[in-house]
Amino acid sequence: MAQNKIGKQTLHFPSTPIITSWASVVGPMEGKGPLGEKYDLVLTDTLAGEKTWEKAEQKMMQFSIELALEKRNLLPKDLDFYLAGDLLNQITCANFTARFLNTPFLGLYGACSTFAEGLCMAGVLLEGGFAEKVGVSASSHHDTAEKQFRTPTELGDQRPMTAQWTVTGSASIIIEKTGTGIILTHATIGKIIDLGNSNAQDLGSAMAPAAFDTLKTHFEDLGRNENDYDLIVTGDLGLLGHGILKELLKEKGISPDRFNDCGIMVYSPDQDTHCGGSGCGCSGVVLTAHLIERLLSGYYHRILFIGTGALLSPLTSLQGETIPCIAHAVVLESRGE
Amino acid sequence: MIAQNVLLNEQEMTKWLNELQKEHQKVLFWEAQAKGEERKKFAGLRQEIERQQQRIARPQQIDYQSTAIKLVPPQTVIKNVIMAFLVGGSICLIGQIIYNLFTQSGLGLKDAAAATSSFLVFLGALFTALGYYDELGKVAGAGSIVPITGFANSIVSSALEFKREGYIYGVGARLFTVAGPILVYGTMVSILVGLVYYFVR
Repeated sequence: MAQNKIGKQTLHFPSTPIITSWASVVGPMEGKGPLGEKYDLVLTDTLAGEKTWEKAEQKMMQFSIELALEKRNLLPKDLDFYLAGDLLNQITCANFTARFLNTPFLGLYGACSTFAEGLCMAGVLLEGGFAEKVGVSASSHHDTAEKQFRTPTELGDQRPMTAQWTVTGSASIIIEKTGTGIILTHATIGKIIDLGNSNAQDLGSAMAPAAFDTLKTHFEDLGRNENDYDLIVTGDLGLLGHGILKELLKEKGISPDRFNDCGIMVYSPDQDTHCGGSGCGCSGVVLTAHLIERLLSGYYHRILFIGTGALLSPLTSLQGETIPCIAHAVVLESRGE
Repeated sequence: MIAQNVLLNEQEMTKWLNELQKEHQKVLFWEAQAKGEERKKFAGLRQEIERQQQRIARPQQIDYQSTAIKLVPPQTVIKNVIMAFLVGGSICLIGQIIYNLFTQSGLGLKDAAAATSSFLVFLGALFTALGYYDELGKVAGAGSIVPITGFANSIVSSALEFKREGYIYGVGARLFTVAGPILVYGTMVSILVGLVYYFVR
């Protein structure tokens, strides 16, 4: 039996890795959202002074990790590992940011679950005694995502009501073996769940079963229930996916009162995004700008953060494949002294 | 082998999928070792197992889809249709005014039609480049896609999007990503209609 594994899919981190520093960088639209005041840096335009959106996204990721390092008075060379991912082909933003940082680097791809995946992996590296300081980043950019997954941004088409708006934003955190901050106690690694959705404009209903499966396994593995958490927050299910998750929870007799979704929190309803936000950046910036602060202030004591990802590509959508989805959960606690 | 279209509970489902997985692995192993006719037989068997693997999850998928579909927010059809009518109509009205101005200033009917189309394409391209056409399209839908200005929008938006990948592999290669299908099938249908017209007449 693996020593630090509980049940089927849950990892336990007895040494409690600590999130000591975090930073978020977002685009102008997110800056106008309900959490606008809380981000570390709000860009004035989506190009961030660069020539292409791809470069702008890479800069955003770089800014976020630099800000996180600066807050803690660290330099990139102090990191043992850097874990990062984004939505673009060959995760170029992450690779190019790592080129700048010059630290040992592992690229991650979990679509919009990348940030949660990074937290899980950082926990593993620290728990295993392989590192003292690990940096984790994830980013997404509305325009690069539209360009890659959908249609040109200036095309005058109507988005369906089920569509979500990819968040322009990047989040980074530094996780360390010692220090002060938020502790990481458990992580549940998800399985791929595919319930036959093939509509690339409706990722919420594709991802909801994956979030549900991970959540259920997490509860079974740890013998916990929804009342053990002050907040259970999913990554980017959006309004529709969140609604479906609530239905699935009710069927199982789980009360959905303490559930929320980063995709709903990141934009206000009058921003006309239809079903809310999505993307790697979505869950990342909400966690780093809002949820961690709330844990720190004692508003929440323990939250379950479930990153959800739809692992499709434009090619597989056209070939009529259904969308495999994944969800990873991490337990974050404010350290009760 | 299990009956089709039976909604299994989770344990049964896992049990069957594990069983099939085991079977698949085994048959694949035999297939890899077999030669000639026998290999084909195993390949057929393997594909049958693959079909079963898909079939077994189907009822569960249908069951989920039927729950999910109830929560999908409805499309605002009536509003969309009215806006499409108004905006589409306005674009056509503008076209008509331009056409009348051209004919009044002495152009022949055919030339005036061609000049009107060019002018509308220019307007569509201009407002796409200024960043207004996608805002219009969000409200108007088909009302701004169907007129010729929508065609201009589809080409110019692609050109803007891929300009950063250079003029050859960016703009040149991707210019018709949106408009391409319209051109291909539009041309094909026009040929078919032409043929029908030729023979029926």
